[in-house]
Amino acid sequence: MRLLSKTIRETGATLLVWGTATSITIPFLWLIGDLLWHGWPQLSLNFVLALPHNAGREGGIGPILVSTGLIVSVCMVVALPIGLGTALFLSEYTRNNHMYGRLIRGSLDVLAGVPSIVFGLFGNAFFCQTLGLGFSILSGGLTLACMVLPILIRTVEESFRAISQDQRLSAAALGISKRATILLILFPAAIPGLLVGCILGLGRAMAETAALIFTSGYVDRMPESLMDSGRALSIHIYDLAMNVAGGNPNAYTTALVLVGLLLTINLFASWIADKWTTLNQLPT
Amino acid sequence: MTLFSNIILSHSKIDFLFLWSLRALALSAGGLLLLVIVFLFHESWPYLTQIGLANVFTDHGWFPTEQSYQLTPMISGTILAACGSIFLAAPLGILSALFCHFYAPPFLSYWYRRMIELLAGIPSVVFGFWGLVVLVPVIAAWHPPGPSLLAGILILTLMILPTIMLIAHASIRQLPTIYIQSATALGLSQWATIWHIVLPTSRIGLLTGIFLGLARALGETMAILMVCGNVVQHPSHIFDPIRTLTANIALEMAYAVDHHRSVLFISGLLLMGLVIAFVSLAEILRYKTTYALTQ
Repeated sequence: MRLLSKTIRETGATLLVWGTATSITIPFLWLIGDLLWHGWPQLSLNFVLALPHNAGREGGIGPILVSTGLIVSVCMVVALPIGLGTALFLSEYTRNNHMYGRLIRGSLDVLAGVPSIVFGLFGNAFFCQTLGLGFSILSGGLTLACMVLPILIRTVEESFRAISQDQRLSAAALGISKRATILLILFPAAIPGLLVGCILGLGRAMAETAALIFTSGYVDRMPESLMDSGRALSIHIYDLAMNVAGGNPNAYTTALVLVGLLLTINLFASWIADKWTTLNQLPT
Repeated sequence: MTLFSNIILSHSKIDFLFLWSLRALALSAGGLLLLVIVFLFHESWPYLTQIGLANVFTDHGWFPTEQSYQLTPMISGTILAACGSIFLAAPLGILSALFCHFYAPPFLSYWYRRMIELLAGIPSVVFGFWGLVVLVPVIAAWHPPGPSLLAGILILTLMILPTIMLIAHASIRQLPTIYIQSATALGLSQWATIWHIVLPTSRIGLLTGIFLGLARALGETMAILMVCGNVVQHPSHIFDPIRTLTANIALEMAYAVDHHRSVLFISGLLLMGLVIAFVSLAEILRYKTTYALTQ
């Protein structure tokens, strides 16, 4: 009798676990399949390059891709030096229980959890109004820089920490100054990790919508300078789906382009990460 | 290494400058959180001092044109959507992690995890778009109107499930293999091993994932905005449309002025407070686990 109930329990659990896995796979395939089914037929070089017409119902996404690229570039150009400097400081100049380092780490952890819409509010109040940048690509990029900073710092710091302690000690034994050790020995060794951090930050910036609605704005013209308002890909999808009747076909294709870009970026990051770990495991 | 740095390494003026510029960069990164909080307070200040925080709860409704700003329907909407989705996503996420570890053959486990990672990388606006064009019509056919709390919960579940699953997966992988080997040697069945050994010993990691998932669900904007209908009301059942705090900010920020704008910043502060509470809880738990493992 006990054996029977045990068998029933085991079978039940197995069914439950397999059922869960299937029930998650179905919506995932549905989502990807739906994007491909509706978006693929219209995807062409022309769509990627052309100007949008009729509020985006017709035409392409040329200026929107340019704006997205500019916003993301501003974001990375600002976030990279700050992120790199902070990561270096945290990994090379502070011990784990050091007060100052712990304070910075703690505040970055919280910052990583702050909702993107709150970054949007902050960006609107600080960059657009207080600094007087208005609704512009620059405001949007700076807001995103604040958002990606925590993830960037964490990845880069980990890649510095992963470098073997022997390298630092040998450099010290040879009398090499700490600055030279960092710039000439640790920095080159951490480049793959740095790249992964950048790519992950780039992906997060590109996927973002809520932080951009009221910092970089809605304008879908070709931007002429960083002070122009520019519409990101994700905002284009939102606008076509919610505010433009009959915008769904182009929204599908734009979503496919965005997901495709993000997939490529993530695959590239994990490819670098894989290659890096195998390189590090080679006997020296 | 810091132990040696003062004794062995040669110190020059440039080294000193280098260190101080790194310190300054780190300070700017660490100070960012403070800056965000200061600006949120600065913008909410007019309403907080002239009218008072209590009015946000006691006004008779959300009518910005009549200077009446009651946030309680949005707060209930936010909490219901987040709790509903965590209620679904927590068991699904943990069962998925168990699937990868104990049930799936290796190649399936690999691809399943890859799929979940992909799911984690899909932007929220794409989830929202899919919900709007696929899920909402399905729900509308079942029980009108369609855009509803239910649609929000389902989309949020899909979005936070990867967080919970990936953290659960990592914490189960950290368990000492000897636990599972001993259980097998004692003749425990698979589910008994999971129920009595794996889940209790990895519970802190599982909880961390749930808290982080909850924080993400509370702060999610675009997907919720697109599928929930955005009607300001306390929902009476799961098919009612709702509006969350985040959606409210996204919808009204563009034309809000004066007190209206202040109240939106107050709702931002509220959100931030909630999220900070959950992230700190998760961090405390994570700190405890690392401490327990190194002992």
